[in-house]
Amino acid sequence: MLAVVLMIAASTAGAASPGNDRQAALLYLLRQDCGSCHGSTLRGGLAPPLLPQSLAATPDDALIAAILDGRPGTPMPPWRFEINPDEAAWMVRQLKGGLAE
Amino acid sequence: MTTAIKPARLLAALLFLVAVSGAVGAEDLRGTGDLGIVIERTAGSVQVIETSGRTGLGRIEGLGDLSHASAAFSRDGRYAFVFGRDGGLSKLDLLTRRLVKRIVQAGNSIGGAISQDGSLIAVSNYEPGGVRIFDARTLAPVADIPAVYGANGARSKVVGLVDAPGNRFVFTLYDAGEIWIADMSQPDKPVITKFANVGLQPYDALITPDGRTYIAGLFGEDGLAMLDLWRPEAGVRRLLDHYGRGEEKLPVYKMPHLEGWARAGDRIFLPAVGHHELLVIDAETFAEIGRIPVHGQPVFAVARPDGRQVWVNFAHPLNDTVQVIDSQSLEIVHEFQPGSGVMHLEFTPRGENVWISVRDEDRVDIYDTASFARIGSIAADKPSGIFLTARANRIGL
Repeated sequence: MLAVVLMIAASTAGAASPGNDRQAALLYLLRQDCGSCHGSTLRGGLAPPLLPQSLAATPDDALIAAILDGRPGTPMPPWRFEINPDEAAWMVRQLKGGLAE
Repeated sequence: MTTAIKPARLLAALLFLVAVSGAVGAEDLRGTGDLGIVIERTAGSVQVIETSGRTGLGRIEGLGDLSHASAAFSRDGRYAFVFGRDGGLSKLDLLTRRLVKRIVQAGNSIGGAISQDGSLIAVSNYEPGGVRIFDARTLAPVADIPAVYGANGARSKVVGLVDAPGNRFVFTLYDAGEIWIADMSQPDKPVITKFANVGLQPYDALITPDGRTYIAGLFGEDGLAMLDLWRPEAGVRRLLDHYGRGEEKLPVYKMPHLEGWARAGDRIFLPAVGHHELLVIDAETFAEIGRIPVHGQPVFAVARPDGRQVWVNFAHPLNDTVQVIDSQSLEIVHEFQPGSGVMHLEFTPRGENVWISVRDEDRVDIYDTASFARIGSIAADKPSGIFLTARANRIGL
């Protein structure tokens, strides 16, 4: 019972959304700075596209890990210094759900 | 009687009107040598600017996705060819400030160049990987060069496309690690020369202003790949191999850019990758002269046209700062913060001013390069690249 409560608490914490200002800042970062390599419309550039159909097959955890810790062997750098795990999870939900143009 | 006079009066009035409109036309005439464009990356527009009065002249809209857009100019400086990220190729008339023609020639593009004779426009594409070449007058397709490599026919993203003497284009295959020369002497029959195994993940390249030396930067390893176009038979040579030896590689939050402004006097200044340094090499021998520790990951290292200074901007999150390096002492002689999101720097043709785009502040600022004072500013919507028509007369720009 305690374990179940803890699990619910953990999953709720994992699903926490950043505040409105922070959401706007993260979306700006996504378009402008992630956009340097992924394209500001997220259709890809030197780095792969971040469109819902291109991300659908990859588990959330793997995408969150890529944001936080980068992808060795590729130019993708770690963003943990300015994006926390909850924010990365929120970004992955936004990307998988598709961002309005 | 009155019917006889009327046509005479009408004629006089018409002559007067022709004379007046002719005079207005003469006052409207202008050259193109002090014109340029500023890319407004998010809005998909371009602002036409002039560097004599330091003002914006107007906006040309509807150019698609201009994140990472760049431009080349017709040799008369009248037309700008803008290469958009979405594969768009737009021909702009800077005098009438109109879009002359726009085509979408690929799915995802990175840059382009104009041929030595001004007749051809080449675009480097990520998707489908390759180079496509168009008639500069009509934008009609002339040649298609798929960047196919390896045994299974894969196509590589193409970067570092420049023009070279002999109506050639030189470019680099990011995924394949190859440098190709396309000789366009016969435009419908490109002759391709390929150089394989130049290094891992070449991310961009430049050609020196004399059109002789092509240098590709490598992301996947510490070093540069150099091709002497006067002696292509000598093959590609590695420069500054393992320049970061023993140092931990830092994350790179924006890929550096290599531009044809890298040469300052007898030295070439290039951003290191994953090291907060500028690399300085001898322009004759290509031996390392030194490394200059700088504020962050350099993005652009741009020599003032006289070669005395090199101005440097930096990757996120240190992109609010510009440093100025003396090309002789290799010391940082000035550092300042134009604002958040410094994207690009472009000198006026003789170098007395520099225009700096400050993306997050929606401004392009103009600085005096002797006093470092800010002497002007124009409003621009998320400005990125700044391209002046002086590029029309430079090899590799």
